[in-house]
Amino acid sequence: MRLPDGVQRRSFDGEDALATRGEPVYGEPTDGAWRRWNPRRSKLAAVVDRGVDTGLEGGETVLYLGAAAGTTVSHVADFAGPTYAVEVAARPARDLLEAAAPRPNLFPLLKDARRPDSYAHVVEPVDVVVQDVATRGQAQVALRNRQFLREDGRLLLSVKARSEDVTADPAAVFDEVLAALTDGYEVLSTARLSPLYDDHLAVVARPD
Amino acid sequence: MTGDEAASAGWFEDVEPGDDAAAAEAIMAGSADRPADWPTRADEAGFVDDEAGYYDALHAATMAATRTAVRERERADDQQLIHAVRAMDDCQRVANELTERVAEWAGTTREDAGTGIAYARDLAAGPDDDDAVVTLARRVRALDDEAAALRGRVERTAPEVAPNLAAMAGPVLAARLIALAGGLESLSRKPAGTVQVLGAEDALFAHLRGQAPSPKHGVIYIHEAVRGTRPGERGSAARALAGKLAIAARVDHYSGERKPELDAQLAARIERIRERETA
Repeated sequence: MRLPDGVQRRSFDGEDALATRGEPVYGEPTDGAWRRWNPRRSKLAAVVDRGVDTGLEGGETVLYLGAAAGTTVSHVADFAGPTYAVEVAARPARDLLEAAAPRPNLFPLLKDARRPDSYAHVVEPVDVVVQDVATRGQAQVALRNRQFLREDGRLLLSVKARSEDVTADPAAVFDEVLAALTDGYEVLSTARLSPLYDDHLAVVARPD
Repeated sequence: MTGDEAASAGWFEDVEPGDDAAAAEAIMAGSADRPADWPTRADEAGFVDDEAGYYDALHAATMAATRTAVRERERADDQQLIHAVRAMDDCQRVANELTERVAEWAGTTREDAGTGIAYARDLAAGPDDDDAVVTLARRVRALDDEAAALRGRVERTAPEVAPNLAAMAGPVLAARLIALAGGLESLSRKPAGTVQVLGAEDALFAHLRGQAPSPKHGVIYIHEAVRGTRPGERGSAARALAGKLAIAARVDHYSGERKPELDAQLAARIERIRERETA
């Protein structure tokens, strides 16, 4: 599987790993201008590392929901174009600001991904929506944010089973979320992220 | 501006180029029904000269907006929460003391005298402005109202300060634990054994002097996980609860992200402890 432009495999301490080019954010190892993008710290890195076809080519306009402290979104901004990072909690958003400061194409927004109207006046239509929110109703969040996706765009969704229902069987939760997604998306592929991320399902979908 | 235009207006529309404060305000407070090609619109509106200029302006505006919003939100910090919960407890304590005085006093002059805050409220609603008992009852009512307002404040701010702790302990108990520890940071540094007996300091020091058994629980006693467990197993329940609360406080202090799985782990643990009593 081809890596997006701006993402390379490079050697860190004799270990081959994904890397992007940009200012270090969280003390990750660097190799010249390149910094390691660790699948253990980033679900999207795990997805790319596994060779899942994400459709990412580099240079896309991205809406990232659930940016948290900016670990993953900083790497995305390294290889993508304009990148809108939405995070609802103030404490992680403070770290997100640090990641965004040296990246002119990364736009931090302290907003709730369940309420797209609160940032639709800022975010333009995008090629990719990345969603990694730990809230109940993850399919609903994806459906509400579908309006931002261009017709040929991609949704890269990481479903956290435990955020939906901690007691239910993860497989059952995934089925429910996938069924709900069909209200607005066509699911192209799915992948479990164990053992790095237990009870997570990566979903690639396009607006339907 | 009509509603339709407002619904489809970009953040830059009423902002003078270069006015950073107004731009930040528009980012935070604005909204739209649907997205649009804002870079092109801003260019056409003369807000910027070209696309690159738009993204520079957008970066500056989103950074300023988010920085301001983060600072404002974090001002709702643990110290504010501590003052609120202590003031709430003070109001309640004083209201209760005065209620007793009202009941005592009213009993000497009125045949229908009752007790409790409900009675004080009834009395306060009366028309006798010259009656000293009635005016005292009105102080009780005001204090009780203030306590309720402070409780509302605690319930609103505790989940912002400590989302996991507030979800697991309930906002008021979470605020009390933070208050007893002196702050979220110091609570996050306390071992679970200390969290377990926060609020039982008298009993703890009596125990350390060798005069009493060790306390099983402090303020966490009011949590359902402890109170709803058979007395013989309450020590175990309190120990399990304190362990999870300590973890929740650490997650809240160091990451601030909500982790619902903590609640489930606690529920499972308490369930196992309660099964022992039936076995």
